[in-house]
Amino acid sequence: MTWIGENLDQIGELLLTHMALSLPPILLGVLIAVPLGWVAHRYRWGRGVLLGISGLLYTIPSLALIVAMPSILGTQILNPLNLIVALTLYAVALMVRTAADAFDQVDPTVLDSAVALGYGPWRRFWGVQLPLAGPVILAGTRVISSSTVSLVTLGALVGMSGLGYFFTDGFQRAFPLEILVGIIGTILVAVIFDLALVLLGRLLLPWARTPARARRLRTVVEVTA
Amino acid sequence: MIALAWEWLLDPAHWQGPGGVPTRVLQHLGLVGATILIAGTIALAAGFYIGHTRRGRGLVVGLSGALRAMPTLGLLVFLAVQFGFGVRLAIIPTLIVLVVLAIPPILAGAYAGIESVAPATVDASRALGLTEWQILWRVEFPLALPLIFGGLRSAVLQVVATATVAAYISLGGLGRYLFDALPVQDYPQMLAGAILVAALALLLDLFLILISRAVLPAGVRVTRAPLQKKQPTERTS
Repeated sequence: MTWIGENLDQIGELLLTHMALSLPPILLGVLIAVPLGWVAHRYRWGRGVLLGISGLLYTIPSLALIVAMPSILGTQILNPLNLIVALTLYAVALMVRTAADAFDQVDPTVLDSAVALGYGPWRRFWGVQLPLAGPVILAGTRVISSSTVSLVTLGALVGMSGLGYFFTDGFQRAFPLEILVGIIGTILVAVIFDLALVLLGRLLLPWARTPARARRLRTVVEVTA
Repeated sequence: MIALAWEWLLDPAHWQGPGGVPTRVLQHLGLVGATILIAGTIALAAGFYIGHTRRGRGLVVGLSGALRAMPTLGLLVFLAVQFGFGVRLAIIPTLIVLVVLAIPPILAGAYAGIESVAPATVDASRALGLTEWQILWRVEFPLALPLIFGGLRSAVLQVVATATVAAYISLGGLGRYLFDALPVQDYPQMLAGAILVAALALLLDLFLILISRAVLPAGVRVTRAPLQKKQPTERTS
């Protein structure tokens, strides 16, 4: 236990690095996947092509993707960009389908009413379609958030920083406490991110306070997870 | 770099002996097969029970959600070090981790599949005099197959990916190419290993899709709900 006290600085530092490495893939994943999901929802060809590609991406093991990144991007092996790009690809692969489902479940008659009220396509999208798809998009974001936080630990295998360092270092020194600190730290980051997302959802989607429909769809997301 | 990896893959010297590609692929497949067998037995039984009786669903959903954030690498090295399985008995912590990883998707596919069967269908079978056992095996199970296969596919993908990580605690399999190459910075070999893992994952997925097409009873595919077309949406390794 004294180890924790003596290494508080390092624990805090790695916790922050871990957050810094997890955040970009989650944000970029959502920002890229939502428009793609809309295209998959809107166009028949888009559904086939985009869901096909994301399914294929999803099949590539993440460690293999992280390892292959330097040769694809032309970066150095220790560049954090490798991890961020690889995990962003992952997040997009996971999120596109959820985003498409999110738009699919919006009642078409509601969209027709918007048209009847004189909404143009642009206003209809921002004012009606996107907000109504919001709860399901949020549910998908929570899934990719916790899986990304967990995946960042793999970066340690190729020498990158983050809480995964405690796994490789603790293994080499045969020191279970250090590994445990890494596990608990990772779960802690995942919980913090999840709470932040729930809070963000409350702020941005106040109408979804009792999201019976969202809850049902969220279970579907989890079911297939 | 990709050309060099390709050269590595084409070199006949890498296709024979204890470190050769066929041996590594077989080790990898063995690990995946053993995991799916153990996890499948546990998860399908539990999933059928939950789906048929509608009991314990909340518990399972909660547990699966909590497990999502569990870093597999951490659990792997923790078990290896804490219980002294270490490097000698690396197979035990590896199997535990992989089984823990594979259970949630298979379980979810199983109970969601059974639950997705229309209650009217189940009632009708009951009215016809089928026992609960017969309802499960002859009515609910065949109708649940698409979702059960969805869960299985998801589990296999995750296990193929994570079995790579297992090589870190000195186990065989395709992960060896990554971890043997890393300290000596042999990037062509690392990339070749990555390509092999991805190819194996793709082939296994394709194989499972073909099997599911072959075993699906006629009519199930036609009537399946949109829900059942959904793909796995999560990966932890």
